[in-house]
Amino acid sequence: MATAELEDILERHRRDPLQLLQILIELQARDGWLAPATLGALADALGMPRARVESTASFYSFLHTRPAGEYRILFSDNITDRMLGNQALMQALCDKLWLQPGKVSEDGLVSVATTSCTGMCDQGPALLANGRTVTRLTPERIDEMAHLIRRRVPVGDWPPEWFHVEDNIRRRDVLLDHGLAPGAALAAALERGPTGLLSEIERSALRGRGGAGFGSDIKWRSCRDAWGDAHYVICNADEGEPGTFKDRVLLSSYFDLVVDGMCIAGMAIGANKGFIYLRGEYRYLLDRLETRLAQRREQGLLGRNILGRGFTFDIEIHLGAGAYICGEESALIESLEGKPGKPRIRPPFPVTNGYRGQPTTVNNVETLALAALIAVRGGEWFRAIGTPASTGTKLLSVSGDVARPGIYEFPFGVSVTEVLEAAGARDTQAVTSAGAAGHCLAADEFGRRIAFEDVATGGSIMVFDASRDMFEVARNFAHFFAHESCGFCTPCRVGTAVNARLLDKLAADHGSPYDLDEIAKMHRLMQGASHCGLGNTATIAIDDMLAKFRPAFERRLHSPDYEPAFDLDAALSQARRMTGRDDPGAHLGDNHEALAEARPHAQGAHSSADPVSAKDLQP
Amino acid sequence: MNDSFLLDGEDIPFTPGQTVMQAAAAAGKYIPHLCWHPDFAAHGSCKLCTVKIGGRFATSCTVRAAAGQEVENRTEELDAKRRTLLQLLFVEGNHFCPSCEKSGDCALQATAYEMGMLTPHFDHFYPDRPVDASHPDVLLDFNRCILCELCVRASRDVDGKNVFALAGRGTRSHLVVNSDTGRLADTDFAATDRAAAVCPVGVILKKRVGFAVPIGLRTYDRKPISAGMGADDKAGAGIGEAG
Repeated sequence: MATAELEDILERHRRDPLQLLQILIELQARDGWLAPATLGALADALGMPRARVESTASFYSFLHTRPAGEYRILFSDNITDRMLGNQALMQALCDKLWLQPGKVSEDGLVSVATTSCTGMCDQGPALLANGRTVTRLTPERIDEMAHLIRRRVPVGDWPPEWFHVEDNIRRRDVLLDHGLAPGAALAAALERGPTGLLSEIERSALRGRGGAGFGSDIKWRSCRDAWGDAHYVICNADEGEPGTFKDRVLLSSYFDLVVDGMCIAGMAIGANKGFIYLRGEYRYLLDRLETRLAQRREQGLLGRNILGRGFTFDIEIHLGAGAYICGEESALIESLEGKPGKPRIRPPFPVTNGYRGQPTTVNNVETLALAALIAVRGGEWFRAIGTPASTGTKLLSVSGDVARPGIYEFPFGVSVTEVLEAAGARDTQAVTSAGAAGHCLAADEFGRRIAFEDVATGGSIMVFDASRDMFEVARNFAHFFAHESCGFCTPCRVGTAVNARLLDKLAADHGSPYDLDEIAKMHRLMQGASHCGLGNTATIAIDDMLAKFRPAFERRLHSPDYEPAFDLDAALSQARRMTGRDDPGAHLGDNHEALAEARPHAQGAHSSADPVSAKDLQP
Repeated sequence: MNDSFLLDGEDIPFTPGQTVMQAAAAAGKYIPHLCWHPDFAAHGSCKLCTVKIGGRFATSCTVRAAAGQEVENRTEELDAKRRTLLQLLFVEGNHFCPSCEKSGDCALQATAYEMGMLTPHFDHFYPDRPVDASHPDVLLDFNRCILCELCVRASRDVDGKNVFALAGRGTRSHLVVNSDTGRLADTDFAATDRAAAVCPVGVILKKRVGFAVPIGLRTYDRKPISAGMGADDKAGAGIGEAG
């Protein structure tokens, strides 16, 4: 990269080490990857240790510290993508390009791999091509894509309809039918003033929509009351929970209400600056959102002296780069500060020590939009909707085995059955009520209600009909968490990896009841001992599935006794290749029994095999 | 001050601002730990020091002591969890105690003995972690790394050099060295650095002094790690630095 280009990027980011992640994202967009020399030059320019630049560059899935090809194709690998056939499509693309998944082609042209849920579950299977979202994949699209890649047609010149993202709004209520002009909610809030606004939020009993349900008025008041040089508002648009896509729709089609909500939060807590942390998967929205922010500045709805009332508040959009953990608010703030997204030790909480150590409120996109509504219509109006403990409506992202996947806005208190009926679900076996990180409900629980006091959810509702293998759902979730664990604490880092291995062991026909107990044991360890919500919730759905859909797991058991994960015969394959042998004597397995008969003392050989031998065979 | 809390039924005095771990260490009480060190800011990542306070799990190196708290520490439930955590650490890396120079001075090994860990239990991950022998005085054997960041903290906060950092994510997390080549020889690291003496396991090993103290006469051969709490941890010499 030319030095002038690097200088330009650095200048735009004020040579601020806290902008490191944003700078890395831009550098990679230009170069396709982050070369060692680039990292070194950047470290020098920012005056920070190179190793710290490397920490950030190597943490995020979408940043590559090795060449990843001119075309980087990442298939969304949520369970809903799998149910729509993404694995066959990925294999087809690899076959056409003479590629192995996860490897770069020898000419350096292309790599094909998987990535966590891209938030297109209502129009999957989906993929990211050099970071751009492609939806509704079909074998025909895959065929054509292979041609385009081989002919080196830039992603920007691919058929525009491939990049089309539908809102798929299926049920509207007070939020999706708000009918307010841009800035109207902000004007109403400025009229009420911070104290009046906070009273209305308190009266509304609004609770955070990310899933945890913390009282918004308490969060805003404690942030307002905290001493600091500056206060910050952060809009958490890192919608990473598998099966969630409601924030995508709010940002696409209700952005003014969200921005109004951020400005209102800024007024309430005494902040002049806000950030939208936009997940990297939604990069395609960035230009549109930036344009709208610029228009609002011209219209007096953002920036200095908003609506001529002396209130100053501006917004910067930061991109994520493929890290589910950044949905956790303190990890998000670390990422916003250019660091790896590892959750902080809490307390102190962000409301007192957040971005740059200053009082910061982190709110979900939906919460901010609802706060804007409350500013206009008042707390009493809002409180009349929903249940006493869960006021207002909730946006549900419904996907999986339903006739009409999409966004459903229901008042809290709606039953799971009602949601399923609205979405056209039939013969439903199971519903995951809060993505991969929440409970999995069986049919006898569908009478339960969506509410913080019953079925709490951030809005991800994935539906599985009777034809689905719940074991494969559990295995998909286990791999998701192993991939997304930040690696900070022992129980989550190693526990998620052990879980994924245990489920793979079952899938490979090596399972025994012992392994099911081990999965339950990991659940008991990780809940409670983990550093943050990721580890604490990573095994909830799997544990539920194990309890409620046990036959799906027991079908996989190879024997009632202990079975090692290690396959002795498979481990010999390398030795067979090296010696050019493939005769029966070079195999265990069937031959193993004959051997055991001949030598009675060798019976234990299979189960006591030391995995070290597998390593010894490697060159 | 005469504030105090109960640790396994024993009265432990504390001064405001102290963590449960700090107060326990000051009172000579052992709460198992690997990433905590009295001289450095708490990290809270190994989770060995997980205790129960009022029935809820808490990380004792980061949670503040409060008057009247009832803290459970060495219960069978908690020690069982610690055993599992230790097993996870053992299978995640490549720990060959019998051939490791740190054997007998290793906090991971000593804590495993203390918790009664008899086997690694889980299938080994066998990660591929090449060693770095480039530095004239110090060998880096990443196979033993438990990602506690004590060397990161010591080099940054005491030595002022930032020689180490953690990179990667999840089980791909790994220690990196701050040089263009990634080699320790190309940094300003010195065997006299605090970071050279702080590793609780056998990653940072001084050359030419291997096995100077015979196995059988090493730190934790002489006394269990639980007995070390107080002397080392209060004086600031810390675990792992005796060898």
